[in-house]
Amino acid sequence: MRRRVVITGVGAVTPLGVGSEPLIERWSAGECGIEDGAGRCREFDPLDFLSKKEARRLDRFAQMAIAAAEEALAQAGAADELPYEGHRVGCVIGTGIGGLPSLEEQQRKLIESGAKAVSPLAVPLMMGNAAAAAVAMRHDLHGHTYGVVSACAAGAHALGDASRIIRAGDADMVVAGGAEAAITGVATAAFAAMEATSPSGISRPFDARRDGFVMGEGAGVLVLEEAESAAARGAEILGEVLGYGATCDGFHLTAPQPEGLEAARAISLAIADAGLSAVDVDYVNAHGTSTLLNDRSETMALKLALGERAGDVPVSSTKSAIGHLLGAAGAVEAIATVEALRRRLAPPTIGWEEAEEGLDLDYVPDSARPLESRNGDGRLVAISDSFGFGGHNAVLCLAV
Amino acid sequence: MATEVSTDTVEEKIFDGLVELGTDRAALSREATLESIDVDSLDLVELAQIVEDEFGVELRGDDVKDVRTVGEVIELVVAKAG
Repeated sequence: MRRRVVITGVGAVTPLGVGSEPLIERWSAGECGIEDGAGRCREFDPLDFLSKKEARRLDRFAQMAIAAAEEALAQAGAADELPYEGHRVGCVIGTGIGGLPSLEEQQRKLIESGAKAVSPLAVPLMMGNAAAAAVAMRHDLHGHTYGVVSACAAGAHALGDASRIIRAGDADMVVAGGAEAAITGVATAAFAAMEATSPSGISRPFDARRDGFVMGEGAGVLVLEEAESAAARGAEILGEVLGYGATCDGFHLTAPQPEGLEAARAISLAIADAGLSAVDVDYVNAHGTSTLLNDRSETMALKLALGERAGDVPVSSTKSAIGHLLGAAGAVEAIATVEALRRRLAPPTIGWEEAEEGLDLDYVPDSARPLESRNGDGRLVAISDSFGFGGHNAVLCLAV
Repeated sequence: MATEVSTDTVEEKIFDGLVELGTDRAALSREATLESIDVDSLDLVELAQIVEDEFGVELRGDDVKDVRTVGEVIELVVAKAG
């Protein structure tokens, strides 16, 4: 029988606060963490988690990953002592961009003061695997450890990879997720130049008035564990990673394939990997970026993958509450999904008011709503979509 | 214009530099070993940048590879300047 993968810890740093609790509680209550057109983690202080010396050796995205991992491992009962030998525990953490604030600062030093002014810490600060390296070093993890770089799908790819590593028998536990802190001058200007971000500064996925995504920052880390081992040590099981599907549009550097064909395939693959059918899906945590293109092609993908009953499934976007966390999005949204299922409710797509022709799914407007098991077995099943520039599609099938 | 090199000025700058890199000032003394105050090779390269900016003395990785205490770092800078 296939090894099953359960979730025994979650941790998040988001614009709604430090911790997974404020993320789900505040989003479910319809609160939005976006201020002045950006989703910043204003409450995050790295010195709450790191010494001054440790903090200055990590870029903000890696600092946030440390904080999220701390919460997740504590919940799993693995923060002080690992339940497995270190080589049986891995760490896979995705990021879209990596240490961009550090890169921009060192570039400024190079231009202003010359090559000798560039810090020897520059490379370890900006490398995309820095978060995985830092978490592994802090917690003595010696299994498969690396960063995943697939733009806004990175967090979901990391979780998918982590679940496969456990399934394959290469680890009993993997600390996995995504982290991003790229609200910098260059990134903000670049996303604006390609007209991907919202001039109005409002994130309203699937609404006819949507005009682009709102940049956010943060980190989400989950502790994934082999089910029998987790049960044997008496760990609390928060949920299960039932399936994973990944495809690539192979279509355009930034635009999604307009009919969502490969995104639909990724959704179907995730459902099939879980051994389920479309009718078993009770909730969809959408990628839902608030861009003109994504929300349309994702709606088409969901209709293709879920079939004629797609309109019966509640679909909501966490990005309506926190903006787009890029490489952290998939992991933070997987946490939001699991916590929503645990509370048996579908949080709302905040701000959704105006329908657009063709965008006619149930986007959970106004307020959170109770979730019901559609096939009547009591278990709640959700899919969490993540799509990234480059046409990367990564979809998780999660259950509680 | 580089600062005049004396044991005292170098000690002051190196102590300040180590604090800036995250070392606890109370743990600093000339006798303290680099290991005991958790100063590693990356710290030493940053410290070398600070020393060069201040005193115009260039320290390479080879120069500091056998240095054991804070006092030895100070002596090395003073000797190199001389």
